[in-house]
Amino acid sequence: MEAYREHAFDVLIVGAGGAGLRAAISVMEAGLSCGIVCKSLLGKAHTVMAEGGAAAALGNMNDGDSWEWHFVHTMKGGGYLNNPLIVEIYAKEAPERVRELEEYGAVFDRTPEGLIAQRTFGGHVPFKRLAHVGDRTGLEIIRTLQDKAVSLKPKIFMEMTVIRLLKDGGRVVGALAYDRHTGEFIVFHARAVVLATGGWGRMYKFTSNSWESTGDGAAMAFEAGAELIDMEMVQFHPTGMVWPPGVRGILVTEGVRAEGGFLRNSKGERFMFNPEYMTDVYRGKFAETEEEALAWLSDSRKHRSPPELLPRDVVARAIYKEVRAGRGSPHGGVFLDVSHRGEEYIKRKLPSMYEQFRALGDIDITKEPMEIYPTIHYTMGGIRVEPETCASSLPGLFAAGECAGGLHGANRLGGNSLTDILVFGKRAGDGAVQYAQSVSGGKASAEEIEEEMATMLAPLNAASGENPYVLAQELQEAMQKGAMIERTEAGLLECLDKVMELQKRAKSLRVEGDRCYNPGWHTARDLQFTLRISEIIVRCALERKESRGAQWRSDYPGLSEEWGKKNLVAVKEGDSVKIMERPLPEMPPHLKAIMEEKK
Amino acid sequence: MLETITVRVFRGDANGGEEKEYRVKTFPGMVVLDAIHQIQAEQDSTVACRWNCKAAKCGSCSAEINGKPRLMCKSRIEDYYGEDGIIRVHPLKTFPLIKDLVTDVSWNYKTAEKIAPLSVSSGVPRPFRMQQVDVERVQEFRKCIECFLCQNVCHILRDHNRKDGYFGPRFMVKLASLDMHPLDEIDRRAQLHSEAGVGYCNITKCCEELCPEHIHITDNAIIPLKERVADEYYDPLKKVIRLIFGRNGRKMPVSSSSKK
Ligand code: SF4
Ligand code: SF4
Ligand code: FES
Repeated sequence: MEAYREHAFDVLIVGAGGAGLRAAISVMEAGLSCGIVCKSLLGKAHTVMAEGGAAAALGNMNDGDSWEWHFVHTMKGGGYLNNPLIVEIYAKEAPERVRELEEYGAVFDRTPEGLIAQRTFGGHVPFKRLAHVGDRTGLEIIRTLQDKAVSLKPKIFMEMTVIRLLKDGGRVVGALAYDRHTGEFIVFHARAVVLATGGWGRMYKFTSNSWESTGDGAAMAFEAGAELIDMEMVQFHPTGMVWPPGVRGILVTEGVRAEGGFLRNSKGERFMFNPEYMTDVYRGKFAETEEEALAWLSDSRKHRSPPELLPRDVVARAIYKEVRAGRGSPHGGVFLDVSHRGEEYIKRKLPSMYEQFRALGDIDITKEPMEIYPTIHYTMGGIRVEPETCASSLPGLFAAGECAGGLHGANRLGGNSLTDILVFGKRAGDGAVQYAQSVSGGKASAEEIEEEMATMLAPLNAASGENPYVLAQELQEAMQKGAMIERTEAGLLECLDKVMELQKRAKSLRVEGDRCYNPGWHTARDLQFTLRISEIIVRCALERKESRGAQWRSDYPGLSEEWGKKNLVAVKEGDSVKIMERPLPEMPPHLKAIMEEKK
Repeated sequence: MLETITVRVFRGDANGGEEKEYRVKTFPGMVVLDAIHQIQAEQDSTVACRWNCKAAKCGSCSAEINGKPRLMCKSRIEDYYGEDGIIRVHPLKTFPLIKDLVTDVSWNYKTAEKIAPLSVSSGVPRPFRMQQVDVERVQEFRKCIECFLCQNVCHILRDHNRKDGYFGPRFMVKLASLDMHPLDEIDRRAQLHSEAGVGYCNITKCCEELCPEHIHITDNAIIPLKERVADEYYDPLKKVIRLIFGRNGRKMPVSSSSKK
């Protein structure tokens, strides 16, 4: 039998992005033992790549912002598929979580009064709501949480990949991981497990996501029997780099538009003014002429904001349609131009964009427009959780951040992710603490451990088999083609066939080399996660026969009242994926009243 | 641009190793990290390297390209191959090798643990009020992406292996970001003087020259820190006062402008 090392903690946290680190702080402050496992080095998780800011109704810009407005905007942006109870907690607690970061050492940009400066973003207008540090807010937040967490001395395991949740009967009692350096197996015993594993973009060809975003957490939770929700909702960020090919998909922050950037097509038109792209919920709330949009730049309180600041799903769709109509830029995108703000301003407010385009794209954004096109960026869906505790449908398992679903509904507003991870990172930590204190230790199933180790080792031992890189590429092509921004039944069915074929072929993989830091071997396991998640995305997208938020079914172009009343839930049945319709949680009267008042 | 280039990647582990040659097809805008990825996907999936963001934001992909410490994701191939069309990619030298381009940088994380986080007295009113001009310097330091390229190039760590005596430029930047924070109440001079070893730095500026975040490591962080330590430890009058009154461990609640 394969040997493994063992560790035991009260709470095990999987993932060390913002959500995982914030959860760890809660666990340590409660005096429980805490282990954190992360796939990369500490501080390199996806949070580091967030640019624009963290949305919270701090009200520092004296514009009358409040948690109620933040609540309404988030619901609206999410196409009302969000869980209102989750959104309420979120909007109420975000300001406190942001201020707490200052206590931990974060240094945000300041207002003239010396408070945290805030900027606006798509869907948050007219309020300036995003606390930020230039265009590197994610770095500030992860480093701050990292320093704080490290000072509380949890046990941190870097460059280890968790591949299986371990159960005792129906309850999650730990996880199996392998050490990326040595290939050794490690069994973690824990009374509660928090998943903070982030999202999944790697099944698409053009994505702003790193190699880590393979959906491990959601896939493992699913395999263990937990419910996933809203899995059809994958965010296409409107502005990814297009050229040169080496940088295709890399994120261009929404901050560029928030700082006044124009979107133009090849005819020089600011196409977001085209009334065809306006949606009913936002009609009348945005500038309708270029003059008005320009006036907004100098006085954002008096004038309506430019339509470039519509929510991401709307802008991404418009760009897609412009390019399809033949009005694209030379490399198949559209133009994003902020040069009118002047060199000094751009370098101060968007320094890392300036540097990114200078070094990687040979473009000086203070003088020339950028070329951009939508890129796969974020996943709204994920593990279904309870609003207060972040408990999943499996006892002992908690989830927070991008791998959890419910907060963002059908579309996430920019800036809502960086406070999601803070608010629900803390809540998941607290929830796990409470749970861990109420149960005794369980016993991980020896068969599950054996089975998973055998699966993991199979590609190394196989005499023949497929190359995981080849399959991963085929999957990316299929998903990019069939499950991207515009979806149809025919396209999705074709994509599903391909995914199922790849799942079969992925049963016999073969990789070269040994267990020491072997990317081919790691890819073989990641592929199983992406294949399972891809299947779920496509099945849910097929099921939802309407267009809402990120889900655009050109064969069902409108909103459907019926579909607006339910979420889709995916759960494992036997070895297959079962999709269920689930009525939306009832919105309590006090929230209904807020929605009504702030329509 | 050449259509194909030769990438010589160091292959090996703690027991030694050697360069291995790969022919790689090029494309516009290609960076060295793309070349490594292409090798992994098409020729040899056992080549080990670290990366995450591919946009010079995470500091994972540090390596030595033609002997120069660089981020692989920010290094365009045409800036590195010469007429012979060859690029050489090696791991960072200052840290123990794990495999190929991956080194054991855990010393840096252990060093970070020795630095106390920000501490603000409960007497300071909340929410904090700080002026933009007073936090600008701190923000410069907080741009650090922990690529550890500066640690790799600093001769005190690299050639003299004085990891026991000097925290290295990355952590001078970190200490400076705390020391110059307008509200931090910890006096960090003793640590700087002793275990952090700011005195070891002889201002060669090698670190500052290659910082991918363009942080003025020596000019803005290390030199001012040296001055603060010198004031405290080498000022003869202060020394006498300290002998008589004992060491005042608390930093005065100075405004940041007077600290600068
Ligand atoms: S300036 Fe100081 S810290 Fe930087 S490389 Fe030289 S000796 Fe090292
Ligand atoms: S100071 Fe610069 S070179 Fe050093 S670790 Fe930070 S970013 Fe890298
Ligand atoms: S991959 Fe993030 S800095 Fe190179």
